[in-house]
Amino acid sequence: MKERYDVVIVGAGPAGISAACVLADNGIKAVVLERGEYPGAKNISGGVLYGHDLARIVPDFAEKKCPIERNIVESRIWYLSETGGYSVAYRDKAFESERRSNVFTVGRAKFDRWFAEQASQKGAMVVCATVVTDLLRDDKGRVIGVRTDRPDGDLRAKVVLLADGINSPLAVKTGFRTEPSPAHVALAVKEVIELPEEVIDQRFNTSPGDGVSIEILGSITSGMNGVAAIYTNRKSLSFCIGANLADFSAKKIKPYEMLERFKTHPMAAPLIQGGKPMEYMAHWLAEGGYDNIPRLYGDGYLIAGDSAMLFNALHREGSNLAMVSGAFAAETIVEAFRKKDFSRLSLKAYEARLKNSFIFEDLRKYRRFNPFLQNHPELFTTLPDAMSFAAREMLTVDGASKKNKQKRIWRNLRKKHSFLTLLRLAWDTYRSV
Amino acid sequence: MGSSIEDKLFLDRYVVDETSHLKIIDGAVCFRDCEAQPCLHICPANVYRLEQNRISVNYEGCLECGSCRIGCPHLNIEWRFPTGGYGIRHKFG
Repeated sequence: MKERYDVVIVGAGPAGISAACVLADNGIKAVVLERGEYPGAKNISGGVLYGHDLARIVPDFAEKKCPIERNIVESRIWYLSETGGYSVAYRDKAFESERRSNVFTVGRAKFDRWFAEQASQKGAMVVCATVVTDLLRDDKGRVIGVRTDRPDGDLRAKVVLLADGINSPLAVKTGFRTEPSPAHVALAVKEVIELPEEVIDQRFNTSPGDGVSIEILGSITSGMNGVAAIYTNRKSLSFCIGANLADFSAKKIKPYEMLERFKTHPMAAPLIQGGKPMEYMAHWLAEGGYDNIPRLYGDGYLIAGDSAMLFNALHREGSNLAMVSGAFAAETIVEAFRKKDFSRLSLKAYEARLKNSFIFEDLRKYRRFNPFLQNHPELFTTLPDAMSFAAREMLTVDGASKKNKQKRIWRNLRKKHSFLTLLRLAWDTYRSV
Repeated sequence: MGSSIEDKLFLDRYVVDETSHLKIIDGAVCFRDCEAQPCLHICPANVYRLEQNRISVNYEGCLECGSCRIGCPHLNIEWRFPTGGYGIRHKFG
């Protein structure tokens, strides 16, 4: 590779492509290096993407045939025990009309490919099937390019943007980030299950093109600190489930067996009846939160998206943080080119942009959320059954007085939860969300 | 509709490289020092399997998540991405 580029971007995901678009819009010559055979070949998310942040990069994304699966018009939260569960749902006409396309599902293999095409059309170069194996530095330690696994594969640039995702051997090798500990990542698996479009509409009570998201907590993760989700796509459902990697190790539970149990839960099974599995994938989620964000810039480099551990676990926001941080990184690079200064001091403006945005504000707000889940295993072990017991009692008409039922419920709850545990749970919930 | 891990991996498309991108650095460590052997449980693709007196590495089905690398208590797994263009290839993502 003999060409010279102003900027090398590692990874053609939402962060890298957003940056490539902004750079191309400003006439800066950027190349995106992607290890997959095509953009999206290695990428996966639960499947929810956000229109507001995509519109920053591609304002007319709907007209440009962005491969949207379904617009989310209803969001549900489930709290599940072994035999049943609670469901809270919110649906609004606004999500079908004026707020349409604010939240929607995508298949990342299709979306990332489309997104990369937008960058190419703006003038960025996207090179696939290329793994970045190391960074090139000068004698002062400044980053001056990348080494790839192609023959003759060194590539020089003024700035390198690392947007290579949460699993980044490169970031660890170069010392830009320490390897995450198993307690700081969740391992999630996902199965895409094919169903006819009209069957999905019937089962979720939606019009064609509209969809539902379901976020799930409870005993479904076999007592581990974890979460599950169901998302509607046009002709399939995404079944996602994950838990803290340290918990998987300790409990010796196999991720794919947990996924199979999830699919048989009485609340979930009817949704996929008759469906045909079509793909199975795995990925990490960053659980370290605000306090585990690495240093995001240095002499000649920046880090964005999942690589930078930017993930809001409570609101399942990641791809939007990737797009916005990628755009911020690119805006900072544009300024650096104007000043002709690619030093750490010049690139520091990137951090200021993040700090003044919802990204750092949200991550700071929820910095106690992951420790909260770690500190309250009862949320995943004993509480789901006690909560289900309560609902079952109150909803069964058997001649017992309601007062007696309440006593029974309280006694059952107290069998496995001390008063102090419950008090701490209430207090910590209030403080962390 | 229950499906085994073999069924699941069969759904996925791979471009399989001739050489493995995963390697157990010192096989003796797995039996001498590692009682828990978490690689046998945590890997979502069942890449690591217990054979007679070794752990086999079935890298062909790897989903490239990285869990074995950080989950190995002895950091005894050498892990790199498959060569550019090889490995799993998502259809839907």
